Amino acid sequence: MSEQIDQALERKYDAGFVSEIESETFAPGLNEDVIRRLSAMKDEPEWMTEWRLQAYRKWLKMEEPEWAHVDYPKIDYQSISYYSAPKSMKDKPKSLDEVDPELLRTYEKLGIPLHEQEMLAGVAVDAVFDSVSVVTTFREKLEEAGVIFCPISEALHKYPDLVKKYLGTVVPKGDNYFAALNSAVFTDGSFVYIPKGVRCPMELSTYFRINEQNTGQFERTLIVAEEGSHVSYLEGCTAPQRDENQLHAAVVELVALDDAEIKYSTVQNWYPGDENGKGGIYNFVTKRGLCEKNAKISWTQVETGSAVTWKYPSCILKGDNSVGEFYSVALTRGKQQADTGTKMIHLGKNTKSTIISKGISAGRSNNAYRGLVRMGPGAEGARNFTECDSLLIGDQCGAHTFPYIESSNPTAIVEHEATTSKVSDDQLFLCRQRGLDPEKAVSMIVNGFCKEVFRELPMEFAVEAGKLLEISLEGSVG
Amino acid sequence: MLSIKKLHARVEETTILKGLDMEIKPGEVHAVMGPNGAGKSTLGYVLSGRDGYEVESGTVEFEGKDLLDMEVEERAQAGLFLAFQYPVEIPGVSNMEFMKESVNAMREGRGETPLSSAEFLKKAKAACKQVELPLDFLKRGVNEGFSGGEKKRNEIMQLILLEPKLAILDESDSGLDVDALQVVAKGVNSQRDGKRSFIVVTHYQRLLDYIEPDYVHILSNGKIVKSGGPELAKEVESSGYAWLKEGENA
Ligand SMILES: Nc1ncnc2c1ncn2[C@@H]1O[C@H](COP(=O)(O)OP(=O)(O)OP(=O)(O)O)[C@@H](O)[C@H]1O
Ligand SMILES: [Mg+2]
Repeated sequence: MSEQIDQALERKYDAGFVSEIESETFAPGLNEDVIRRLSAMKDEPEWMTEWRLQAYRKWLKMEEPEWAHVDYPKIDYQSISYYSAPKSMKDKPKSLDEVDPELLRTYEKLGIPLHEQEMLAGVAVDAVFDSVSVVTTFREKLEEAGVIFCPISEALHKYPDLVKKYLGTVVPKGDNYFAALNSAVFTDGSFVYIPKGVRCPMELSTYFRINEQNTGQFERTLIVAEEGSHVSYLEGCTAPQRDENQLHAAVVELVALDDAEIKYSTVQNWYPGDENGKGGIYNFVTKRGLCEKNAKISWTQVETGSAVTWKYPSCILKGDNSVGEFYSVALTRGKQQADTGTKMIHLGKNTKSTIISKGISAGRSNNAYRGLVRMGPGAEGARNFTECDSLLIGDQCGAHTFPYIESSNPTAIVEHEATTSKVSDDQLFLCRQRGLDPEKAVSMIVNGFCKEVFRELPMEFAVEAGKLLEISLEGSVG
Repeated sequence: MLSIKKLHARVEETTILKGLDMEIKPGEVHAVMGPNGAGKSTLGYVLSGRDGYEVESGTVEFEGKDLLDMEVEERAQAGLFLAFQYPVEIPGVSNMEFMKESVNAMREGRGETPLSSAEFLKKAKAACKQVELPLDFLKRGVNEGFSGGEKKRNEIMQLILLEPKLAILDESDSGLDVDALQVVAKGVNSQRDGKRSFIVVTHYQRLLDYIEPDYVHILSNGKIVKSGGPELAKEVESSGYAWLKEGENA
């Protein structure tokens, strides 16, 4: 069986093409001058430039973290370009008709047509290409509901007070090495604001694409849900197939005020590198949400891409009765490495969190779950339930679980369950005996393993995610 | 339909089948009996092409084609079905989803268009009722948490849905209560149409009261050592396999 599995893992990466688009790109290197220039390019307010410089100075004093269960060569931060934008974006297009057709074709090829009439009904998209947002769809319809959904660079001009009020409140600029770097050099990303009591009328989604060589992508997403509001947001990511590694260090901040609910889903398919581990994206991401009273934040992620992933979407359950959820599928194959998980910080009374993590390792990959559940002294009656399942495909891969539990309140209850299983010869044989080819069989078994997570995804994307897993496991011959 | 000649096969380093011959014509039911470890399950695995079961010599023809040259799923699509002695669980994959994929893979293999969800659902419900399983078994994960008997009924449900040309039933009767035995037998009999053939592996005469075989073979130490009519099964039932050893010594 391992032979078939090996073949199954010689998958192709569908999103690996490069678009021929003229870009304006900074020369590689990072210093205060570069940050000032970047800020000036975006015509940012003075406080923003200052904020970036403070972050940069903090970053200089910090050490790159080494505790994760991943192994990659030292990154030379001076060899990276910190700004790249399609030239055609210089005079910002006002409507889709003015957007460079080559850019639109790029998204079409990725299966994300940006013409509204062709789109998935009811999904608004912000498309971010290298360092800038290309287009945001359905804006008028959203504005009618009072919802703001725009590139963060634009929000800095149009809604500076809102951005200033919340930026860095959940992930402070010196939070960790990669977050500090992001705070200094972030280029674009999405800003979402849902007013009090509003239920966002459609799914919001941002699609990130890295195209240029030797550039890093540092996007910053900020979602603010006012009291009693509700929003569901999805991000997707791809990059061309290149031999060099590329850095992606994003920061996502979610603020859910009293009784608000934010559902944040990710389908991450950055280029993972080839089967020998050459190339691929380094995905070092900080995602964190803050829940006020009775608020709920739910992270759902399907991670199949990147050479190295370092990512722990977290919830700070500050308000009483607030709820945090983390549903994750992380698939690693070839020489991919993933160290991912979550942190649930229970501060308020009767706070609840649920963690369902499904790790799938194949090939010679390594997949680690790292989760922290902290029950603060005020977390009276708080509860956590963690289920952490690993599925091994073949016998050269690894799965590791690192649960950390810290409880300072005796009334808090923490439950942890963990299982490790294999796609067995018996299962594979049963499927094939019933007429399925090995590729289909493996993807069906893996899909079954992920069911609990997939059902948390918005409908359209659950189907996408299933297909993505299938493609990721593609290439097997009977 | 199936012609096995001088089949030798091994698992890892051990040769298990040692010159097995068998000839099955359309519509026939062949019962295979024999002591534990004789190689009955191995025969089913070798015929269905399971990895790790290596044919050393001999030939197997299935409907004029060289069966041994085909992949597992090709054999299945050509109409060979194995009901497992120990059906395995596939957590999270619903029975319904699994069987639909399976039925449609078979159809694709035959160049037919896939069944729509509605068409399939109708068939699946009927099959489920036929083996007297509650309909929620269609929604449950494949064999997930099923009792021993339920797993066996589930195998027969698949048999009914897939309508294979040749079905190998590996101890589909073991672990069944009296009622379940009848259900399984009825399910199998519903498939007998004078064209489809069966290899029924069993330890007990009981099943053969319900599924009447045309031939009974005794498999011992990797070979068919005796063949006969239904009366041979009764003989085994009353006197066991002690005579085999005597035969060896003689
Ligand atoms: N992987 C293996 N390695 C070595 N020997 C094996 C292996 N698998 C099966 N065998 C041996 O092959 C022989 C035949 O096994 P098989 O399962 O075909 O017997 P059986 O006739 O079906 O028995 P039962 O009536 O108990 O089901 C047994 O002696 C068994 O131990
Ligand atoms: Mg057996």
